Amino acid sequence: MAQYMYLIFDDESAMATATEEDWQMMLKAHNDFQQKVADLGGTIVHGDALAPSSTATSVRGQLSGAPAVTDGPFAETKEALGGFYVIEAADLDQAIAFAKILPTNGGVEVRPVIDTSGG
Amino acid sequence: VSRSIGDAADAVQDAYRHEWARVVAATARYAGDLDLAEECAQDAFVTALETWPHAGVPASPGAWLTTTARRKAIDHLRRASTLRGKLPLLVEPDGSDNDAEEESVIADDTLRLVFTCCHPAIAPETQSALTLRLVCGVPTSDIARLFLVSESTMAARITRGKRKIQVARIPFAMPQQQDLEQRLDAALTVIHLFFTAGYTATTGGDLVNREVTVRAIALGRQLHALLPEQHEVAGLLAVMLLTDARRAARVDVAGDLVLLEDQDRALWDLDQVAEGRALAELALTGPRPFGRFALQAAIAAVHSGPRATDTDWSVVVGLYDQLLEVWPSPVVALNRAVAIAMVDGPSAGLDAVSALRGDAALSHYHYLPAVEADLLRRQGNWAASAEHYRQALTRVQNDVERRFLQARLAEVTSMGEGSRHGR
Repeated sequence: MAQYMYLIFDDESAMATATEEDWQMMLKAHNDFQQKVADLGGTIVHGDALAPSSTATSVRGQLSGAPAVTDGPFAETKEALGGFYVIEAADLDQAIAFAKILPTNGGVEVRPVIDTSGG
Repeated sequence: VSRSIGDAADAVQDAYRHEWARVVAATARYAGDLDLAEECAQDAFVTALETWPHAGVPASPGAWLTTTARRKAIDHLRRASTLRGKLPLLVEPDGSDNDAEEESVIADDTLRLVFTCCHPAIAPETQSALTLRLVCGVPTSDIARLFLVSESTMAARITRGKRKIQVARIPFAMPQQQDLEQRLDAALTVIHLFFTAGYTATTGGDLVNREVTVRAIALGRQLHALLPEQHEVAGLLAVMLLTDARRAARVDVAGDLVLLEDQDRALWDLDQVAEGRALAELALTGPRPFGRFALQAAIAAVHSGPRATDTDWSVVVGLYDQLLEVWPSPVVALNRAVAIAMVDGPSAGLDAVSALRGDAALSHYHYLPAVEADLLRRQGNWAASAEHYRQALTRVQNDVERRFLQARLAEVTSMGEGSRHGR
């Protein structure tokens, strides 16, 4: 088993205009997703939604000794990072199978998490 | 029977050509690490070169090499795990690879290796490089030359690909049934690209890189043997066999290019034509719409009659129409334009080509101006034809094709002068 990080990129404007009902539907979709992942033998380590990218703050230049703090996300993209999961899966094929059923109006980037626990 | 050193060396060479994929794949299944598997396979062939001349060539070279490579992998993993203080939990290979039961495992291993290299999580240009390196054992320097990049660039690309397989844990496994068709398409695309690259060597003096086409066909045969019910696999193998069957007729004694319509068809490999036609028929027993390789096989089959005049070009146009539906590529559209010109004349062909002129995908492709030049030549429009031949010449990279275009340019230039003088 290996851990994968799912970076969920969504169209934020759709989120901004979402009604209470939309939120409930989204919540249910994610609950269903988590159930399906468990049924398929995966383990959800962690997962959460993020506040919109307008609330993001970036801090760069740590090595310079005088890090600069700026408003906004690290990279401006059409679809913004809106949530994440860390899921334990057997291999990339299973990880991709989970990504295919992940509820999102944008897309998801799947990245292996490096095991730094030693061995 | 004692064999000479030369025989042993030939046997190693032969095994390298035919058994490489099997040795790497079987070792990878054991070691769970492609890099290590490749290294151990290479070591096993070196060991064969050292031992076979005096110990004799083993009855089953593939099994011998696989066992040797696996032992090396196990030694390596034992050393590594001892260093880490873990207990080795590895099974000693028993060398029983050559019994019939193992044959299906060997075949499955090779297929798994192909699917691993052609995984959609790997960039397309890396997929083909990895397949050539790991499945076909082609040296990195040759792959670099094939794809017109420097050896260091290609080495970096292959390393990156292997690293992705390892870090992202791309499984060494057959795709799930629901993904098989899509995954198979990626694998077939790689093999076809590989074949095409060999069939018209992009640079250099020889038109065909025979070694490359032979390996591509061998891989196609393996896939077809493993997945006989897949129509697209049969289609791809048919395309390669029918195309490759013409190789002896494609250049004349002077080494100059001979077009399909002018080829001496007695020089074709007729057994291969028959096999290719049968496979094309098989490919066309699938459900409609036909896949792109089934349709390309059908086109190649229509072109494979005993005489060039046997080709029914209206059938060819119909097949290109279907092909364009399932595979909307500008290269397909260009070939369709050529077929249209054969049915309705050069003006109709030029009309069909005109839509493709601004296509970015064709902007470096010598075939577009070469087709226009030929159609203009057939119209007797000498000056415009010459201009397009000159443009094609600035793009062509293969010497044999360059000489062909130069000869045509000389021909239309002299025709142009002749008509001016006659005026």
